[in-house]
Amino acid sequence: MLGKLSFSAIPLDVPILVGTFLGVAVIGLAVLGAVTYYGKWGYLWRDWLTTVDHKRLAVMYIILAIVMLFRGFADAIMMRTQLALAYKGNPGYLPPHHYDQVFSAHGTIMIFFMAMAFMTGLMNLVVPLQIGARDVAFPFLNSLSFYMTLVGALLINISLFIGEFAQCGWLVYPPLSEMQFSPGVGVDYYIWAVQISGVGTLLTGVNFFTTIVKMRAPGMGWMQMPVFTWTAFCTTVLIMVSFPVLTVTLALLSLDRYLGMHFFTNDAGGNVMLYLSMIWTWGHPEVYILVIPAFGVFSEVTATFSQKPLFGYKTMVYATCSIMVLSFVVWVHHFFTMGAGANVNTFFGIMTMIIAVPTGVKIFNWLFTMYKGRVEFTAPMHWTLGFMITFSIGGMTGVMMAMPAADWILHNSLFLIAHFHNVIIGGVYFGYIAGMGFWFPKAFGFKLNEAWGKRAFWCWFVGFYLAFIPLYVLGLEGMTRRMNHYDNPDWYPWMLVAEVGAIVIALGIVCQLTQLYVSIRDRNLPENLDLTGDPWNGRTLEWSISSPPPAYNFAVIPDIHGLDTFHTEKQLGLKAHGKPLAPIHMPKNTSAGVFIGLFSFILGFASIWYIWWLAAIGLIGIVATMILRSANRDVDYYVPVSEIEHNEEVYSRRIAAAQAAE
Amino acid sequence: MTQAPTTTMTGDSHGSYPSYLIGFVLAVVLTVASFAAVMTHALSPGMALAALTVLAVVQIVVHLVFFLHMNTSTEQSWNLMCFIFAAVSVIVIIGGTIFIMHDTAINMMSR
Amino acid sequence: MAHEATMSPLAHADDHHGEHHESPNVFGFWLYLMTDCVLFGSIFAAFAVLRNQYAGGPSGKELFDLTNVGIETAILLFSSITYGFASLNALAKNKTMVLLWLAVTFVLGASFVGLELNEFSSMIAEGNGPDRSAFLSAFFTLVGTHGLHVTCGLIWMVVLMVQMMGPQDLSERMMNKLACLSLFWHFLDIVWICVFSFVYLAGVM
Repeated sequence: MLGKLSFSAIPLDVPILVGTFLGVAVIGLAVLGAVTYYGKWGYLWRDWLTTVDHKRLAVMYIILAIVMLFRGFADAIMMRTQLALAYKGNPGYLPPHHYDQVFSAHGTIMIFFMAMAFMTGLMNLVVPLQIGARDVAFPFLNSLSFYMTLVGALLINISLFIGEFAQCGWLVYPPLSEMQFSPGVGVDYYIWAVQISGVGTLLTGVNFFTTIVKMRAPGMGWMQMPVFTWTAFCTTVLIMVSFPVLTVTLALLSLDRYLGMHFFTNDAGGNVMLYLSMIWTWGHPEVYILVIPAFGVFSEVTATFSQKPLFGYKTMVYATCSIMVLSFVVWVHHFFTMGAGANVNTFFGIMTMIIAVPTGVKIFNWLFTMYKGRVEFTAPMHWTLGFMITFSIGGMTGVMMAMPAADWILHNSLFLIAHFHNVIIGGVYFGYIAGMGFWFPKAFGFKLNEAWGKRAFWCWFVGFYLAFIPLYVLGLEGMTRRMNHYDNPDWYPWMLVAEVGAIVIALGIVCQLTQLYVSIRDRNLPENLDLTGDPWNGRTLEWSISSPPPAYNFAVIPDIHGLDTFHTEKQLGLKAHGKPLAPIHMPKNTSAGVFIGLFSFILGFASIWYIWWLAAIGLIGIVATMILRSANRDVDYYVPVSEIEHNEEVYSRRIAAAQAAE
Repeated sequence: MTQAPTTTMTGDSHGSYPSYLIGFVLAVVLTVASFAAVMTHALSPGMALAALTVLAVVQIVVHLVFFLHMNTSTEQSWNLMCFIFAAVSVIVIIGGTIFIMHDTAINMMSR
Repeated sequence: MAHEATMSPLAHADDHHGEHHESPNVFGFWLYLMTDCVLFGSIFAAFAVLRNQYAGGPSGKELFDLTNVGIETAILLFSSITYGFASLNALAKNKTMVLLWLAVTFVLGASFVGLELNEFSSMIAEGNGPDRSAFLSAFFTLVGTHGLHVTCGLIWMVVLMVQMMGPQDLSERMMNKLACLSLFWHFLDIVWICVFSFVYLAGVM
């Protein structure tokens, strides 16, 4: 009746997990209680949970990403603490079985549910506004994508309290992840969480590609598109090309596990190495899916805060596109040591090194943008400068490992760990936080606190170097990754330094939380309010409308005459538009996404625990909801002209108030 | 192209009875040729595989043109471009995987 | 823009792009098909690597019945052209004929799935199921994924037929749905070309 599920699946014997559960339960009940106390359930349901508005979905994505950041970071500091303790005879406080789950969950959560969710959130918030669109091409699918991501995140976090998580690393390599060696439900949790959120990501890719191709404002040719939109475009292309490969790879692994097939088993002709090749066919483009939008953020931030057009817009676009293409032909560099011949390794090694060229072009473009500009050192600009230094170092260690000969020594050592954190924290994370600070006023109508933002940056920046430079050294000294304890006295001091670094990063996160708190508390102070909708003297279309924008974004779709049209018109003192208003056609909110998400959760959870009748209910529920949705003809409405006029009038009064205050 | 596509106001071309029939006949001929290339044993295995590949590619093009109404008009340019990109990606994935796994098999003597 | 007020209420998001006219729904579905293309490509890649891993079990030469494959291929080809006739009738707004041709297409598709299930079950009954060898795992997965797609297409077809009999009739939205299913159905044919060429025919050589 309940498959593998029983009360013994709840880890009551692990005090850390019981404590975590109590903490989560208290916070969760407090939040639910607060919502009930203030009577906000209806508001929450109507205006947020069932919304198809890309700006609100963006906020929900980013909240999810921040929560997942806490979870992933808790895993990280647990690992660092374990290794700061587990020296010589001391076993540390995490037994191997638990430690292995922690490092697997850390990677999975940080990539799939922190970085991917953050990236999708930023894309949701910015792309339609930058191209002058009123929503994305498929607003309902956008809501569905969010719920798929959310369900994946829920499944992975439930594994903390019911059952266990995978113990074979964030890409669950077989044969360790096969039934023979991982008979528990950990790998199944991984598979279902990643598969379900992967569907959401794929839909996001299709959705935003269509949006960018089909819904740009009139006159916006490809070379008039803002750089962030360009990078979002390249990311969606990579998503569409690589995520199906992930789906297939994990599906084949689940067929091995559930139906006893032999794709990646040791016996009956299975080929473990095929899994490596396939998972990295997705995995390498994946890291570029994450970092390319960050490049877009840096381009917008640098140009805006240097008060200059981006240097070399066209080379930036070409560089982004060539990175996109190259990222698809380098995947072997993740397993040079697998034993392919010299010709394979040489080809992929050279391709990897070539990627450094367009990336270098970008770094120079940003530097030349700042050159002779009037640079304002705001918090987003701090993250950008920190990125340029950190990412360059990370990129260079990457080129070192692109040499197969060097990789044979560095593979799977902490040097590798240091390298990819160097590019993912220094590139992806710094970029997303810069983007959050940059576009926060657009989403909420008030700015983030600068002082706390800069404190957060310095903690992260210093903490990063303290935490990861030791890992480079340790890697060169021969320490491998995923180690639970060690005896080498040379390693011990470096592990202590790394622990200090992790604590400094924790302070950075505390600063970020304080920043959010202080900013919300002081949101109505005149210097924090964004009345004009253009707090940074911005260049692109999203700054031409009020903050937060109305549901329909643009009262009148702007005409585009060139790159940065909004900025040009502002300089010339032109009125943005004088065209007559017309009723605006908008999609209605829908609960279909919530229900499909709910049924997907049921399907995933039931399949993890082999509760087949429940899985059938989940599957039927998904199909039935989709059919009902497709029969629903009440999916849209018109915003009347009177309402648009009213909104526009409020907006112009706020602009007048802001001008009077100056 | 030989068919006269009927074009609606939305700009899609939808084919016509003659174009569907032409496509169908071509597809049947190509399918029969593929089966014949193997079942008659007239060709060596290598040649037969080459013939299968060529016939499959031609038949895919026939289906694309006559059933999926793909053409080079401006309305279709994005569809065509996406298809070409996807096809190249598939070739990279399949070709790359075979290249890597074949080389590994030789080096590791795994088969 | 001037034409905003007059546009079809169901062609949402169609309202503000000067140069394009095609519905974004059909284009978006085409993109989904491209990702499906990559999905099948990955399974083909796995099949290509594992195609000789018989593990002492039977090879394609001993298992495949080309007559059956030929019949399956013929059925799919016929179903393609019958779906084409349904599309042409939809353009001519002839609902009865659309339903008729869709029903014919459905019967053809269902018999394809039936033949495939029959082939699978007899192989499994002889002990040559997907757990026998890596080659058979890859074979069942590749052919089965195509069959699963056909099955989804059949369910979708029934849903559209039912909706068409109801208030949706042959509205603009329904035409878009029919166009999407048309792309899906013909796309599955293309995948089948690769399956019969590289799995069955190349497998018996």
